[in-house]
Amino acid sequence: MRIGVVTFPGSLDDGDAARAARIAGAEAVRLWHGDPDLHGVDAVVLPGGFSYGDYLRCGAIARFAPVMETIIDAARGGLPVLGICNGFQVLCEAHLLPGALTRNQHLHFRNRDQWLRVESPDTAWTNNFTEGQEILVPVKNGEGCYVADAHTLDALEAEGRIIARYIKGNPNGSQRDIAAITNEAGNVVGIMPHPEHAVEALTGPSLDGLGFFTSVLRALAGATAGGQQSGGHQ
Amino acid sequence: MARVVVDVMLKPEILDPQGQAVANALPRLGVTDVSSVRIGRRIEIEFEGEADLDRAREIADKLLANPVIEDFDIRVAEVA
Repeated sequence: MRIGVVTFPGSLDDGDAARAARIAGAEAVRLWHGDPDLHGVDAVVLPGGFSYGDYLRCGAIARFAPVMETIIDAARGGLPVLGICNGFQVLCEAHLLPGALTRNQHLHFRNRDQWLRVESPDTAWTNNFTEGQEILVPVKNGEGCYVADAHTLDALEAEGRIIARYIKGNPNGSQRDIAAITNEAGNVVGIMPHPEHAVEALTGPSLDGLGFFTSVLRALAGATAGGQQSGGHQ
Repeated sequence: MARVVVDVMLKPEILDPQGQAVANALPRLGVTDVSSVRIGRRIEIEFEGEADLDRAREIADKLLANPVIEDFDIRVAEVA
């Protein structure tokens, strides 16, 4: 399986995301923001960082990169896409996910190991977790406060599309402690903390982050075997 | 040449922690009669020919503002 990792000008965590994909057993394929070709990848990760210097709004300019035009179409067609941190901001700006990420309520950049509760294993990127599983991954953001109108938040809750919440302390003021959400089909996931930094004992607080990458491999294996694609929310 | 000014503001219901931080600093200047500060962004767009408000609105709607959290207004400005 080939997992593409996009590099935008200002991406920081593309190397770690590619490494996490390899550790999970995938072939990591580096994708360039200016190249609209996805080179036959089976899934895409939009990594963390500060694409285009976070100018205007985080993710606002990356959304118009040539590679994003292709990714937006492919995501609507079912391609698994994981946006981490800045990648989550790009997915919201691209309207593949609802809501927006805004300045942390306390205005401080927050960098720490963070406990999350996985609320839904029914996505392409979380099927290797169990509902209610508590995981520890790093969080590091200045604009990670998830906001949406009450109607959208209620719909996300009702449809089981809040897939991870902050526990033991909300690091940025996100509404309803939202750390990660998915689209209706369950193939597009945005997460503010960094699973790609929790894949090796030497450098991470746990190996919990690996589950996101092994989940997509399992979803893809199921899809190729002709089985039902993992993660459908109907 | 014509200039169009776009003002982008967070929607009233969206918390503005930067504005709050500024409001909280005002008493240190001796200002005690300000109840709220909100921070937005002013963008100036210069057209080569005449001001095209429809085009400016499209630019504002698609890129300059995020309609999920922000409102904008546009107007033609005098170029000095």
